[in-house]
Amino acid sequence: MGAAVGAIVIGASAGALDALSVILPALPEGFSLPVIVVVHIPPDKRSVLAELFQAKCRVPVREAEDKEPIVGGTVYFAPPDYHLLVEADKHLSLSSDEPVLFSRPSIDVLFESAADAYGPALIAIVLTGANHDGAKGMRAVVDAGGSGIVQSPEGAFATAMPEAAIAMCPTASVLSLSAIAAYLQEV
Amino acid sequence: MTDTTASEKTEDIEIRLLLDALYTRYHYDFRNYAMASIKRRLKQGREQLGFPTFSAMQESLLHDPAMLAHLLRYLTVHVSEMFRDPSYFKAIREKVVPHLRTYPSLKVWIAGCSRGEELYSLVILFREEGLEDRTLFYATDISQDALQEAEAGIFTMDRIPLFTENHRKSGGKSSLSDYYQAAYGRVSFDKSLRRNVVFSDHSLVTDAVFGEMNLISCRNVLIYFDRDLQDRALGLFKDSLARKGFLGLGAKESLRFSNEGAAFTDFVRDEKIYQRRGD
Repeated sequence: MGAAVGAIVIGASAGALDALSVILPALPEGFSLPVIVVVHIPPDKRSVLAELFQAKCRVPVREAEDKEPIVGGTVYFAPPDYHLLVEADKHLSLSSDEPVLFSRPSIDVLFESAADAYGPALIAIVLTGANHDGAKGMRAVVDAGGSGIVQSPEGAFATAMPEAAIAMCPTASVLSLSAIAAYLQEV
Repeated sequence: MTDTTASEKTEDIEIRLLLDALYTRYHYDFRNYAMASIKRRLKQGREQLGFPTFSAMQESLLHDPAMLAHLLRYLTVHVSEMFRDPSYFKAIREKVVPHLRTYPSLKVWIAGCSRGEELYSLVILFREEGLEDRTLFYATDISQDALQEAEAGIFTMDRIPLFTENHRKSGGKSSLSDYYQAAYGRVSFDKSLRRNVVFSDHSLVTDAVFGEMNLISCRNVLIYFDRDLQDRALGLFKDSLARKGFLGLGAKESLRFSNEGAAFTDFVRDEKIYQRRGD
């Protein structure tokens, strides 16, 4: 990879809480990159993800707001029932467009827009999940010169999502959760 | 890798030119929309309409007015539900309606009404609260197709359980089924709901103030705009509201980043309901 990394995007579905609990709390204080996360959550719930992880993490964690400038060292969660996108000038925007693969927020929508905005300076991570969201998005990230990392299906709570991502992006690194956590500390 | 980056840049140029053509030729102005989502929709349109490039799409758009409707379908139709975010409508009912009751006549503007879900929700709420007869509703959108659908008031049956549940959670005082008739997998909302509604073609981007509103409800429209355009629209809302009039935005929209924020006070903060200052 070598090129300077500008942002990290993460997508997770079934089993997301446990998986993210390995990765996000391991981010060191003073971590310099923005981390933008889509987790599939039911639309009618007020999301508690940001609060939950803020209590566990050493970096600021928040729910993304529309037209918010992306700040390094911050973890952003997509709000329930909205897509989260990255604009070319590096701010976040939300949309109420139709669900993609039955999901809103959609991992593909985040990844594809982030690939456009960051090009080669992006790391995309697909974690556990029981659908195919994220595979197409990771493909867009890799095609734009960015890096793909997939949670190893053997250790995943649900294997469909990592398997789909690997099938679509054979060049992606396949790592265990603890290896992903260790890798991010070195970025 | 270099090739990919270069071709993506070409695509951005093409999109800018396409949106310029759309504006110059037809006066639909999407140039200051939030680009990430516009780009996604345009790509979908390009694929489904079978164009190899956005330039090819642009050529067709310039020479064939029939393309306009096709393209607008991708750019404008936003999905909503009746009583989406029931707590918003509950707050309108419990906090805003008591103020509105003190006026002998009312004007309500549903800006960016799309297919009418928000409009019908508010008309039903106003009927339940006994305010419908003194209220004139303005439902506006830039899309003629959407306005026609809103005016028809027809929705597919599969959406009704969600609408019904939302209506109940919003504190609905009647049964949603009182307002529609079902046939052949679709429901048709009662035309009496439209007796005080004016449907009109209006753009928040290029058109002017709409006068003396007591309530403007504009949910999940501003998120599609960039920050400059959000400011323009919010300025338009400020100038269109009566003193102490109310503005309701979507759950994830706020005045926090806007230059127009100072003209409003928080009325129900969690529901993004604002009140115009009395000056």
